[in-house]
Amino acid sequence: MDFGDSPEEADFRRRLRDWLRDNNPGLPASSTSDAYWAGQAPWHQALYDAGFFGMSWPKDIGGQGLPSVYEVIVDAELARAGAPPRPSLGYLVVGIGHHASDDVKQRFLPGLVNGRDRWCQGFSEPDAGSDLASLRTRAELDGDEYVITGHKVWTSYSDAADWCLLLARTDPDVPKHRGLSAFAVPMRQPGIEQRPLKMINGVTREFGEVLFDGARVPAANMIGQPGEGWRLAMTVVSHEREPGELGYVARYSKVVSELGRQVKADPGKFGPEQVRDLGWAMIEAEMLRLHVSRRLSDRMDGISHGPEGSVDKLLMTAVEQAVGHAALSVGGTPHGDGDDMWLKVYLYSRAQSVMGGTSQIQRNLVASRILGLPAS
Amino acid sequence: MDVRFSPEQQALRDSAAQAVDRLGPHTVRDLEDTERAAKLDAAVEASGWRELRAAGEGRAPLASAVEAAIIAEEMGRGLADAPFVGATLAAELRRLVGAPPATARETVGFVADLSAPAVADRGTLPAGAVAIDARHSASALVLVPVEGGHAVAEVSLDASIPAEVDLTRPAATIAAGAGMERLGPVEQPLTADDLRRWTALGLGLTSADLVGVMRGVLSVACEYAGARRQYGVAIGSFQAVQHMLADACVAMEGSRSVALHAAWAVDALAAEEALAATAMAKAYCSRAARMVCETGIQVHGGIGNTWDCMAHVYLRRALLAIDVLGGAGANLQRVLDHNGIGGADGLR
Repeated sequence: MDFGDSPEEADFRRRLRDWLRDNNPGLPASSTSDAYWAGQAPWHQALYDAGFFGMSWPKDIGGQGLPSVYEVIVDAELARAGAPPRPSLGYLVVGIGHHASDDVKQRFLPGLVNGRDRWCQGFSEPDAGSDLASLRTRAELDGDEYVITGHKVWTSYSDAADWCLLLARTDPDVPKHRGLSAFAVPMRQPGIEQRPLKMINGVTREFGEVLFDGARVPAANMIGQPGEGWRLAMTVVSHEREPGELGYVARYSKVVSELGRQVKADPGKFGPEQVRDLGWAMIEAEMLRLHVSRRLSDRMDGISHGPEGSVDKLLMTAVEQAVGHAALSVGGTPHGDGDDMWLKVYLYSRAQSVMGGTSQIQRNLVASRILGLPAS
Repeated sequence: MDVRFSPEQQALRDSAAQAVDRLGPHTVRDLEDTERAAKLDAAVEASGWRELRAAGEGRAPLASAVEAAIIAEEMGRGLADAPFVGATLAAELRRLVGAPPATARETVGFVADLSAPAVADRGTLPAGAVAIDARHSASALVLVPVEGGHAVAEVSLDASIPAEVDLTRPAATIAAGAGMERLGPVEQPLTADDLRRWTALGLGLTSADLVGVMRGVLSVACEYAGARRQYGVAIGSFQAVQHMLADACVAMEGSRSVALHAAWAVDALAAEEALAATAMAKAYCSRAARMVCETGIQVHGGIGNTWDCMAHVYLRRALLAIDVLGGAGANLQRVLDHNGIGGADGLR
């Protein structure tokens, strides 16, 4: 049992640290500015080209083929350098990787991993949120293409995406979970309209809604078999919940160290309540780093993603929201001319208990699948 | 980095789990079964677990703090009413000053609120000084200021105080006017760094104890929620109950991760860093453990508020473990101090 670096890990850490010295793009925080989202693709490509992205993914799709714990080192060093977190795409890679044929994987995964193709995920709909399986977007076979009609929402990065991992109903005549299939849909075509969503922190480039009206996708772009969409969705969301996949540890550590610098710079300005809020946010952020280390180590046993992803998502949510509260408390609310960055960090933190499955749904899953409590 | 237990560590955990499951108390009435408690104590004695931190080759401990934390967690989970933390901290003090191993059972003396070890100033211990985890111990170790740090002295103990907080680990008063005997021969005083590392061990072990307590009470509460029926169904089928238990489970898992790191940090990091890492863990585990134990009581409803329900035995054990070397507030302050935040007039 060792939280320390092996010689190889220490060497990797040194190389990454050196690289970051010259290659930190200094983007603003994802939670506060559209500039982050605009700069995400070049950042992804730069990380990838330098060999610091996709550490644990297979080499044949462009990954580094290393143990998952290398992701912990990447997150720690990004945070230390004040660099942006790594792009959160693991759930797409794993979803396609687990369900697509080898041919489809080779067509799509290298471009997704190396950052040259931008992807979004079309799952949720206005009437299908927590009850995802009730989604109504249709995909109807017409020759060797499917024709897509429907309305997706909470589609991350839809404005920049070249491709959408779309969940649509291909068979309306079977029970709702069985009639879904997944597709890689080209986004740049007539029949697709993308509208940005303005979130409560003012950011407009993270989420969008996408309207499909007669958009076309080749049948060969189906991911997995007809009817496999629900299983793919479950693979994707269970990874989407995992802090180890998301790399948010770097984001939280960065916020708490910036708040810490503010307090240190002018200690007299801050009262005990503010200092206490910051202290707990530091402890929470560090907890998540250690928790991710533990989970990623367990993966070396080949432990697959199970219901503990819900525990991890709830822990991550507690961290995000404790950090958000510290940002509000220490950073303050700008009633006059002040900077509203910390207010935005706080406002953004409220989404964490909703996105990727609400905290209430996660608690249901923990209760039934981990604690073995009887069905309600 | 690989934070999985080695096969040897897994085997150690399994044997500790088996011992406490077989010989630990399963009901409140079991706590009065002295024959059972004596068997548990004999099993712990025979296993050598209380000597894990005694000096081995080159004065290094016989085992790392990870092994000691594995035992502490299982003993907490099983509410083991046999001494461990006190004896282990005493063995660590002896090791650090190069004193010979104890010839009889002993533990450590603390100030009245347990937030720090008792330090005898000019031969006088602070008022209310008390020895923790004192079952079967006739003496306790306390600190004496000397040039360059602290020496360690032995004081004799009065009979146990009837257990009021932790029903599984009674304290003992230090005998009035008892002589204080410096341990000898001693090679060197306890330095400030030694004391930090010793404190780190205490924080690491009590964090592990709290993780065990959380696992134990959660398992008892889930079992009860599955069995207790109201409105014709098990109460564990209600979302209101499920969500409380889910939150408790999440708090326990986060605690497990920080406690694991704390146990590793005790021996692996420099003294200052080890203290900060273990303080962070203890703050997190202290806050979590009280919530989880309170949930345990709430899930048991009215029965949970009766003496005969085990829920309060977990809570009481947690309240003691929280106080040893400080709980959430004191350790939050240590974390802030380490980060240079919140000056002397801060949160004390």
